[in-house]
This record gives sequence, C-alpha cells and structure tokens, in this order.
Amino acid sequence: MAAGPLTSESYIKHHLTNLTWGRHSDGTWGFATTDEQVAEMGFLAIHVDSMLWSIGLGIVFLSIFTLAARRATTGVPSMLQNAVEAMVSFVDETIRSTFNHKNAMIAPMALTVFVWIFLMNLMDLVPVDWIPHLATVLGVPYMKIVPTTDPNITMGMAFSVFALILIYSIKQKGVGGFFGELAFHPFPKYLFPFNLFLEGVTLVAKPISLGLRLFGNLYAGEMIFILIALMYGSLATALVGGVLQWIWAVFHVLIITLQAFIFMVLTAVYLSQAHDLAEDH
Amino acid sequence: MNINLTILGQSIAFAFFVWFCMKFIWPPIMGALRARQHAIGLGLQQAEEAERKLQAANAEADKILVEAKESAREIIEQADSRAGQIIEQAKGQAVAEGEQIKEAAQAEIEREVSRAREGLREQLSDLVMAGAEKVLGASVDRKQHAGALKDLTAQL
Repeated sequence: MAAGPLTSESYIKHHLTNLTWGRHSDGTWGFATTDEQVAEMGFLAIHVDSMLWSIGLGIVFLSIFTLAARRATTGVPSMLQNAVEAMVSFVDETIRSTFNHKNAMIAPMALTVFVWIFLMNLMDLVPVDWIPHLATVLGVPYMKIVPTTDPNITMGMAFSVFALILIYSIKQKGVGGFFGELAFHPFPKYLFPFNLFLEGVTLVAKPISLGLRLFGNLYAGEMIFILIALMYGSLATALVGGVLQWIWAVFHVLIITLQAFIFMVLTAVYLSQAHDLAEDH
Repeated sequence: MNINLTILGQSIAFAFFVWFCMKFIWPPIMGALRARQHAIGLGLQQAEEAERKLQAANAEADKILVEAKESAREIIEQADSRAGQIIEQAKGQAVAEGEQIKEAAQAEIEREVSRAREGLREQLSDLVMAGAEKVLGASVDRKQHAGALKDLTAQL
C-alpha cells in the first residue's frame, strides 16, 4: 500500500493508480512510486499493469478460441466448441445486420473486440482488494486489474478503429472522394469551411466517444466498487457493504456485457459508414 | 489518468489480436459451422426422403397384403365350390347306385315270386289230379287231360 496512514482518500487513490514504468526526471528508467514521479514521466511511461492484464486476457481469448478452432469438427461439437461457436455465430449475425459491405476483416475484428473487452470488463467483478493486496504482499506497489478503467486502453482501441475508418474511407472513396464527403456536405460547396469543420468534428467525435464511453462506464463501476469496499472498515457497515457489493456486481454483469457489445456494434457501424459511398447517404 | 505510451502498446496488441483472430480463429470455426450446417441440411433432406420411401413401402406392403387376402379368399371359395361339386357328384352317384341296387333287388324278388308261382302251379295240378282220382276212384290219365290242366293252371 501507499506510504502513510491509511485513509479513505489514500485508499481510493491507491486503487486508482496504475503501476507505471517510465523515464524519471533524472533520465533513468524505472517504476514510479509517487504521483509526482508519474506526473514527471509524462508521455514516456507505460502502465505495466494495464498492459499485462490486457495482453494476458487477450491471450486467454486467443487460446480458448484457437483451441476450439483447432478441434473444430463438423460432427457433434464438444461443449467448448459449442460455446465458442455460439459466440462466433452471434457476432457473425450481428455484423451481418450492421455491416453491409464485403470485408473479411470486420467480423473477426468484431469478435476480438467483443470477447476481449468483455474479459477485460469481467475483471471488474473480482473483489477490488484481492489482487492489489496480493500484489502489495509480493512487493508491487500498485495493481489495477481492470484494463478498461484505463483510458489508454480504451482510447488505444478507439484510435485503432479510427485509423481503420480513415484507411477504409480513403480506400473506398479515394482521397478526393473522402475530402469531398467532408467538405461538400451538408451545405453547398462554397460553404466548405463550415462543412469541413462540422464533418471534421463528427469524424473525430466517433473514436473519442467510442473510447470514453467504455472508459467512463467501467471507471464509474470500479469507483462504486471501491466506495462500497470502504464500508468494510467496520463490522456494522460491512454487512450492508456485502449486500450492496452483491447487488452492484449483479447489475454490473449487465453493464460489462452491454459495453463490450456496444463497442463492437459501433465499430462495425463506423466502418460500415467508412465503406458507404457518398451517394449512399 | 495519464495518457502515455500505454495507448500505443494497446494499439499494437489490438492489431496483433485482430490479425491472429482473422487468420487462425475465424476461418476454421466458420468453416466448421458452414460444413455442419450443410451436413445437417443434407441429413434432414435424406431423412425426409427416407420417410417418403418408408411411406411408399408401407403402402406397397398394404397393397400386397390386400391382394394376398383377396387371392386367399378366392382360393377358399374355389375349394368350397369344388368340395360342393364333389359332394353333389358323390350324392348323385350314391343315389344312382342305390337305385340300381333297388332295381336289381326288385327284379330278383319278381323272379322269386314268379318262380314260386310256377312251383305252386305245378303242385296245384298235382293236387287237382290227386283230388280228381279220389273223386272218380280211378286213375286219370294225365295225358288225356293235359289240355284241361293247362287251362286251370293258367287261371291261377
């Protein structure tokens, strides 16, 4: 735990701090142990906990699905294959109804986005103290286990989607066509600065809202779990806290699934729009 | 909440995971799904066909059964009528034979009757002769009265 007496404030702060590795002000690289050090590091730092959990959960996803894919038979499917196939066909149907163009990458990407984000969100249901406390015992000062409560993670994915939007827009419409879509719409051509401003805002709002929506929902959910966990300070409030945590966890099951689903569907919708030619709208 | 290199790391991880999923996960699973869909479709179709064949076979079996019953009935009818014929024939034969036997017996009786009658006639003529000799007290020449005796016996 952080140095100093344990207060509610320090407890919350501790739970919201990532394990950061980066360049100290004196030029050496290492883990930050205080907020000041984190602030000094600026952009040249990396959230080790977010990255490890994110990549680890991604590998869990790939392992399970690869195993199922390797053993895929056309005969009677195993339980694992059943579960994986249910997920795959669910994603396939969703993509078919939201994405109306031919692109072999969209459906696998949607599956990755959905399952991966779901797994990352799922970490929110692990009681907030278990793993950070274990990490502290092992000598690791900070450990945030829900990668989607780190804006770097959600925005990293959102901007990857944004890059794909730009790539496919240019690929489908050409540079001129894409520029035309931004500049000569919705007002007549001579007002193109306004158009460019409006459409530019619309375009940039897509990835930002995509990433911040996921981050905001999960951050708020995590925050509530932490606030409930504060009630375990005394026996009288602990019982209430237990009940509240259970209720919030049940509700959160819905949120984490829904947020993963929304991210997947919006990704497909944005990329579908990127494929639409100007005449389509 | 600092934006830092993590965002790049996550982008790289994202790209890699999507690529991996697209390359090694999606195609085999979709392939298996499509193949199974196809197999199930084929199976259903075959089951339908088998059902149709079964119905046809059942109908055929019913038809054969009905035909067999029909021919059995015909055979029994034929046998019945043949038996009737044989019985009638036998009856006829028996009646005819009985008739013959009766006729033969009748003839025999008649022959016996006439023979007895002849005997009686002979005896009567003897008796008449004996009676006449007693009445006349002399012998009567049979040859002289042969004509009269013949008349008498003929009257019997």
